[in-house]
Amino acid sequence: MRNITLSKAVNEALAEEMRLDSTVILMGEDVAEAGTPFKVTSGLVEEFGTTRVIDTPISEPGFTGLAVGAAMTGLRPVVDIMFGDFLFLIMDQLCNQAAKTHYMSGGKLTVPMVVRTNMGATRRSAAQHSQSLHALVAHIPGIKVAMPSSAYEAKGLMKTAIRDNNPVIIFEDKLMYQDKAPVPEQEYLIPFGAAHILREGSDITLVATSSMVQVAQAAALHLAEQGVSAEVIDPRTIAPLDEETILTSVKKTSRAIVIDEGHQSYGVTAEIAARIAEKAFYHLDAPVQRLGAMDVPIPFSPALEDLTVPTPDDVVARALMAMRGELFHAL
Amino acid sequence: MAKPAQKNSDAYLHMYRQMVKIRVFEDSANELYLTAKMPGLTHMYSGQEAVAVGICEALETRDKITSTHRGHGHCVAKGANFKQMFCELLGKDEGYCHGKGGSMHIADQANGNLGANAIVGGSAGIATGAALTAKTLGTGDVAVCFFGDGALGQGLLYECMNMAALWDLPVIYACENNLYGEYTHVSEMAAGALMDRASAFGIEGHEVDGQDVLAVNELSQQLVARARNGEGPFFMLLNTYRYHGHHVGDINRAYYRSKEEETFWKETRDPITNFGDWLVTEKLASFDELQALHAEIKTEAKAAVNYALSAAYPAVEDVTEHVFAETV
Repeated sequence: MRNITLSKAVNEALAEEMRLDSTVILMGEDVAEAGTPFKVTSGLVEEFGTTRVIDTPISEPGFTGLAVGAAMTGLRPVVDIMFGDFLFLIMDQLCNQAAKTHYMSGGKLTVPMVVRTNMGATRRSAAQHSQSLHALVAHIPGIKVAMPSSAYEAKGLMKTAIRDNNPVIIFEDKLMYQDKAPVPEQEYLIPFGAAHILREGSDITLVATSSMVQVAQAAALHLAEQGVSAEVIDPRTIAPLDEETILTSVKKTSRAIVIDEGHQSYGVTAEIAARIAEKAFYHLDAPVQRLGAMDVPIPFSPALEDLTVPTPDDVVARALMAMRGELFHAL
Repeated sequence: MAKPAQKNSDAYLHMYRQMVKIRVFEDSANELYLTAKMPGLTHMYSGQEAVAVGICEALETRDKITSTHRGHGHCVAKGANFKQMFCELLGKDEGYCHGKGGSMHIADQANGNLGANAIVGGSAGIATGAALTAKTLGTGDVAVCFFGDGALGQGLLYECMNMAALWDLPVIYACENNLYGEYTHVSEMAAGALMDRASAFGIEGHEVDGQDVLAVNELSQQLVARARNGEGPFFMLLNTYRYHGHHVGDINRAYYRSKEEETFWKETRDPITNFGDWLVTEKLASFDELQALHAEIKTEAKAAVNYALSAAYPAVEDVTEHVFAETV
């Protein structure tokens, strides 16, 4: 199988869906000739023209609002939000309008739109271009949230998102755009709400999202060298969340660490850990642990920024403590 | 009244009927509130009927509108029926949104009403997006974005007007200046001339007497036809007045506007009274015929209210329905 970058995988997903369905349009800042700063959408305007690949003014709430109205009336817009940090600008259109329209209208109106944006620190982009804000939108009923962990995942999840009849937001880790992975030539979709078990294990479950899947996989290798068998699970979508796969795994391993790049407090790690504690408590041999980004604005200095996100070493240390039955209340 | 375009008397009487329907609907809704039969609050459209009716009578069913928290008038004018509207106001299952939306979120997609919106200015994107769909798919539909003077403070509106102008979208921004955003006069909230907001984007703007249904309708017909022809977007500033407070519970209003002002508008500028007088003067209807029409609509409203009062609430299991649409 060929290896392609995550950037190319997203580009292919967009192009394939635009070829299949003439109501799919792409809109955002510099998505046409510029192909976005990350060059993800390069070539699309040449194939589909400026009617379907629309460069917008720097007006995130405005063009997201247009997408909501367009989705309600027959188009399937994919909105490009250049940096995930700009989510704060579109919160009303996304959370008060798009997310609630189907429910508020008693099922009469639908909003089949995709917001594709990014996340991830350690790119030396400082506090307003480095956040991982997926927990904010996952909190809102009516929005689906996908978090691809590789090029393969990014393509399959994007295609599913475009065909979904609801608002979907996809967070791509901006540090992974050039990461290559095997991606089939033939068409495939990845269903939402179906977690992927990347590695089977018997001692501890590592639930990880997006780029943290790589962190968990690296940790699992180190742990294996020390005789600890880790199971690695990628939920793929955090809304909907495949709770069953996670709980089944934890009931088997009796230990769990949840790793995610959002801020740790009130975040995705807290949510998944709480569900494990609620529904698999009597199967646990150790407290469920969370590893999220530090609760600080992402600092610019490399010396500080790298401290803020979980690393394989962090995961290994926590896992070994869990295996040894050490108490965690001092952490 | 403005000099009328060529129309037959049926069209005039239909406009009159639509305005009376809105007034009677609002009086009935107010009564439901005052007698504690309605959950929550609602915002009355009374006084502004000529705006919604003058514009919506120029639209076809397939054309789209977006509405506001003060949206009952737009909803009626776009073709909604009393029964489903009252059911929605009372949170009943037979309401337009199965009781899940309520007064501030009624949507009637079959008639092209994409919904009222409880965020001031919040539907500017939706209306403009509907116009983007119309242009992209070549449907020939026109979208009208209703909003009040209060929304002139929202940045979203200007972002959307900018894109509509850049892309020649078939959308009409209908600014209903009823003089008050909530409890504050427009002069305290909007700097500069209101019409300049349109010209800043190169959008053709028109100011019109929002109490004169014929003037509103004549202008709307021209602008809708031109928007359908690809000449949009347009901006309409409709000068009007809100008879009630910001919402039904806003009873003591002396701190922000005088009784004299309210009386002036109600007694000299009422859009229904003035249009009725004109119909009689032009011998298009008799006074008795108009009175009979009022009585008929009041009877219809009473029946719809009684129906809604005894209608069933949604089933408890419906609370989790419609969070997500099904994907086939």
